[in-house]
Amino acid sequence: MNFRTAFCAASALALAAGNGAFAESHATTLTIATVNNGDMVRMQALTEDFTAQNPDIALEWVTLEENVLRQRVTQDIAANGGQFDVMTIGTYEVPIWAAQNWLVSLNDLPAEWDADDILPAMRDGLTVDGELYAAPFYGESSMVMYRKDLMEAAGLEMPDAPAWDEIKAAAEAMTDKDAEVYGICLRGKAGWGENMAFLSAMANSYGARWFDEEWTPQFDTDAWKATLTDYMDLMNNYGPPGASTNGFNENPSLFQQGKCGMWIDATVAASFVTNPDDSTVADQVGFALAPDKGLGKRGNWLWAWSLAIPAGSDSVDAAKKFVAWATSKEYTALVAANEGWANVPPGTRTSLYENEEYTSAAPFAEMTLNSINSADPTNPSVDPVPYTGVQFVAIPEFAGIATQVGQEFSAALAGQQTAEEALEKAQALTTDEMEAAGY
Amino acid sequence: MARNVTNKRKIINTAAAWTVGLLIFFPILWTILTSFKTEATAIADPPVFLFFDWTLDNYRVVQERSDYMRFLWNSVIIAGGSTFLGILVAVPAAWSMAFVPSARTKDILLWMLSTKMLPAVGVLYPIYLIFIKMGLLDSRVGLTIVLMLINLPIIVWMLYTYFREIPGEILEAARMDGATLKEEILYVLTPMAVPGIASTVLLNFILAWNEAFWTLNLTAAKAAPLTAFIASYSSPEGLFYAKLSAASTMAIAPILILGWFSQKQLVRGLTFGAVK
Repeated sequence: MNFRTAFCAASALALAAGNGAFAESHATTLTIATVNNGDMVRMQALTEDFTAQNPDIALEWVTLEENVLRQRVTQDIAANGGQFDVMTIGTYEVPIWAAQNWLVSLNDLPAEWDADDILPAMRDGLTVDGELYAAPFYGESSMVMYRKDLMEAAGLEMPDAPAWDEIKAAAEAMTDKDAEVYGICLRGKAGWGENMAFLSAMANSYGARWFDEEWTPQFDTDAWKATLTDYMDLMNNYGPPGASTNGFNENPSLFQQGKCGMWIDATVAASFVTNPDDSTVADQVGFALAPDKGLGKRGNWLWAWSLAIPAGSDSVDAAKKFVAWATSKEYTALVAANEGWANVPPGTRTSLYENEEYTSAAPFAEMTLNSINSADPTNPSVDPVPYTGVQFVAIPEFAGIATQVGQEFSAALAGQQTAEEALEKAQALTTDEMEAAGY
Repeated sequence: MARNVTNKRKIINTAAAWTVGLLIFFPILWTILTSFKTEATAIADPPVFLFFDWTLDNYRVVQERSDYMRFLWNSVIIAGGSTFLGILVAVPAAWSMAFVPSARTKDILLWMLSTKMLPAVGVLYPIYLIFIKMGLLDSRVGLTIVLMLINLPIIVWMLYTYFREIPGEILEAARMDGATLKEEILYVLTPMAVPGIASTVLLNFILAWNEAFWTLNLTAAKAAPLTAFIASYSSPEGLFYAKLSAASTMAIAPILILGWFSQKQLVRGLTFGAVK
């Protein structure tokens, strides 16, 4: 019996398990947690530029699914695990985590980083008590993307700043269910970052809000009822079948295949639908601001995927160097030189929108900028609110509550309950959760 | 006595077995097919089954972007190490339970199994804190130990079942011939239980290879195995279904091949002791 041989081999394997890391020896190794978005992937491919400038810093990437990343990073920061030196987080997390002293202030980034060049809406969203806690890597708002050819065939013209009634009329005119063309595609999949991002922003334009100034949930108001009823009316009459499972990743494919007349979603998607490699309607896409209801607010949101440094990092200086590099004007120029101007990370710097090379390569640039500039995270709805955030409420409880509310709204869209029932349940569960949280 | 099976019933049984088999295999087949599509074809509606322009581009991109071999090596070490350690602990444990049972042996076995009933996330935070204190975060040693502990109840149970099939008289005879305890386990019991041990090893290697909760939560860059490799291709904003499928295919390929070659042992091991 060659048991001894097997034992030796297995022991060797177990010993190998204890061996050191594979990384080459550098003075500092930064572990960067990120998500698998196109712009992040591009950054990983271009990091040689950074390591060439900083030979004493090595980079290690941990790419995770968005929700897993949030959970991992939260867990690591709360337990002071120190696993990550730089992490990709959104506008929702920054004010909450900064309030917990979990993030390192970035006010002392070098002068050439040019903080004044960051779009004011983005900077405000990432600043808490005068301290910038995250550097925006790319930013987005939402807007209407529509098919110019279908609008023309219907004898309609899309205004630059449409109202919800005009959107409904356009959706009706463009819908041809026999030809599998649906007037409008919107998010229906449950999730605080999915259907609730869209519906919270839409609700703002209808004069609805999540909470009044006393933190009382507002789902029992007429404004929320009008929001949800109109949304369901649009989707049931002019939307694609099975819309309650369509999220951000499903709708672009429908639009790219020519099955949507309009799609109201993130401005970053403009580069997907106008990319002739993936989209069959690339040369037929027009852009307009998110719709309004004549109440002074539009249904567009504001979001920035940003780079932040957790307070537990033991390489803060090196991490700052990396953050400054990845969010700099020079990085934008680097992407442009390698991948073309249409592929640079959008929505963060004023200088980008003053660059003619960019505005001529990206037909959606002007509308993106206008959308971002028209979003106001500190004053998102018609009536005053006690929170910041356009499509979210920047409190830790929000993600959990909005996911449950999103499930109720998604169930209503799937025909499992009425809008009134969904709103009643949303009101009840939000009230319970907020009371339990001590509001 | 063998049951009389008519031809008609044989055909029905065969068709039913194939249908169930294909249904179970279909998601894997679809993943493999999608990995050879372009991103646009991957999301085409209606879905394209076989007649598309096959491309290896996704595999090229995945190879370029990720260090596959590093993830693979981590998977091999963590799955192999945890299985080896598990067997090392479980053989003596199962021996004592099978051949020198006490009044409480059955209770201990059930208690061990009951640890598998706790949702893993319930102990995530304590284990995370222990890992921080011991400096085991993102280390292969830490993961190997955790996966060994997680799979240990199954290993002990399986080995216990196999050992019970071995007549105790043979071990007694060995003892009569002067074999020490170590010699009895190493040279008498183990060779007789090789089929059982082999299938236990295989099953636990597969379980450890596929484990995705702890491997995602306790690793970052250095010790991340293939589960983390797959997770890194899931995207919140962007269409990467074909690349995600390519990454998944690359991650499951080694274990599928291993399973394919060892299916006889696996089936034999899993059904061993089923007929009493």
